[in-house]
Amino acid sequence: MSSLLSIDDIQVSYGNIKALKGVSIDAQEGQIVCLIGANGAGKSTLLRSIVGLEPLVSGQISYSDSVIAQGHGEHHRGHANCLPTEQICSLGIALVPEGRRVFADMTVEENLDMGAFLVKDKSEILKRKSEMYDFFPILGQRRKQKTRSLSGGEQQMMAIARALMSSPHLLLLDEPGLGLAPLVVQDIFSKISIINKENKVTVFLVEQNARMALRAADDGYVMENGLIVLSDKASALLANPKVKSAYLGQ
Amino acid sequence: MGSVSEFFQHFLNGLTLGGIYALIALGYTMVYGILKFINFAHGDILMVGAYIGLFIFDFLRGDKPLSAWWFVAFMIAMLCSMVFCGLLGMFIEKVAYKPLRKATRLAPLLSAIGVSFVLSNLAAWLFGTQSRKLEYPFDNTPIVIGSGSNAVSITPHQILILVASALMMLILKLFVDKSRMGKAMRATSLDQDTAKLMGIKSDHVISLTFAIGSALAACGGMLIALDFKVYATMGTMVGLKAFVAAVVGGIGNISGAMLGGLLLGLLETFGVALLGIPQGYKDAIAFGVLILILLFKPDGLLGKNEKEKV
Repeated sequence: MSSLLSIDDIQVSYGNIKALKGVSIDAQEGQIVCLIGANGAGKSTLLRSIVGLEPLVSGQISYSDSVIAQGHGEHHRGHANCLPTEQICSLGIALVPEGRRVFADMTVEENLDMGAFLVKDKSEILKRKSEMYDFFPILGQRRKQKTRSLSGGEQQMMAIARALMSSPHLLLLDEPGLGLAPLVVQDIFSKISIINKENKVTVFLVEQNARMALRAADDGYVMENGLIVLSDKASALLANPKVKSAYLGQ
Repeated sequence: MGSVSEFFQHFLNGLTLGGIYALIALGYTMVYGILKFINFAHGDILMVGAYIGLFIFDFLRGDKPLSAWWFVAFMIAMLCSMVFCGLLGMFIEKVAYKPLRKATRLAPLLSAIGVSFVLSNLAAWLFGTQSRKLEYPFDNTPIVIGSGSNAVSITPHQILILVASALMMLILKLFVDKSRMGKAMRATSLDQDTAKLMGIKSDHVISLTFAIGSALAACGGMLIALDFKVYATMGTMVGLKAFVAAVVGGIGNISGAMLGGLLLGLLETFGVALLGIPQGYKDAIAFGVLILILLFKPDGLLGKNEKEKV
């Protein structure tokens, strides 16, 4: 197995505050990798830097053996040494952002159209949309509705479907369970497993809901204050006493 | 208040005025929707559009007498002027606003005011300060419908305004609702970062927005110029009022700009006709309405007060 995504010792800062202080993560092709950590640990920043929304101070990120972002040093902020976000999408990376970020004023169908913005073939877009409506039947029922009228769980499914419309190889998910009822979270995680197993999509998952995430994942990382403090097989982390007391409430 | 026909007459007059406001308001609202700043040079692009249209129209009609050719020439002139202003709008964005995209929000606003001065002064310098007449491309004798006290009259110019503005708005609405780039425009205006995640190049969307807004302004500029002549500062007041229309409708909202424009035109016309507000104070109506709207519905009529759903 080879690394599809490899994050090598990256640092990201907001002004004088260091959000990521040298983080390294590997995601093997075909796996589900999860990153758990508390609020403010730097998890979202990490995902945003993968898709080029945050410039790196140092370190580098490669995706299928080519560098997509590189540190530019403290003094060159603004001259980001990374691919622009809109180009990263065309490489096969899709992010489901934190808080879902659906286009609330657009219908479900239009949101999905946007997910396939780079697909030129109209019949291919139609095919993918009908696949999504099969996979998330509730979206099919609501396809002409404005997204703002959907419940939180439905919006989350829509955000995932929108990301899948680009047929990504690597799906980045930022807290897909945030603010949702436990049953809905379970449903979403089972969908994520199916996406990974059947569609062969590598998944990199960031979650506060540690138990759910570690159960779904192959490998796991634990982040605290901008540093990776633990990394292991997800099953081993579930049994790790430190993880148990800090994240699983046992 | 007179008869029903009088009401219809004012309604018609208000609608034509409002149609023009709406065309121009669209440019403000589209740019605001995406870049969150007011392009104060928009009124001056309208003026450039009127000049370009005037020159092309005068060149094409030459000294031929009034005929159907004049109308064809006018339409060609309008098309050329719209294309020219579309390119001008894109150029201005690249030169004056794009470099400031990461600066504070006040910076592009000031730059826009600067561009406005540059354009109007350039026009005064190049074309002189005398106002010029844009001839009607048709016989503008009013057409009277009905007779006696029930008569309503409409000028061919008014018909042109109504048809042109309705057509432009319809095309724009279809484009924004149905086409791939139109949807990308809406997505970018709703959430720029997320739109980028979909692979949408915001630079392209921004250029397109400026091109469309400026082309609509050129169209509006030529339609107004038929009644009010062409001069270097012709865009200032009408630009300001179209801006008011955009805010009244809910800035950033395309349907809002259309509604706001029509409403403002109707209010001005009825304000003068029914409330007996002297013609000279007509402009005060627009700004009065702006103040009222800002007091009671700061987001505008169709503006939304977003609350995040969790």
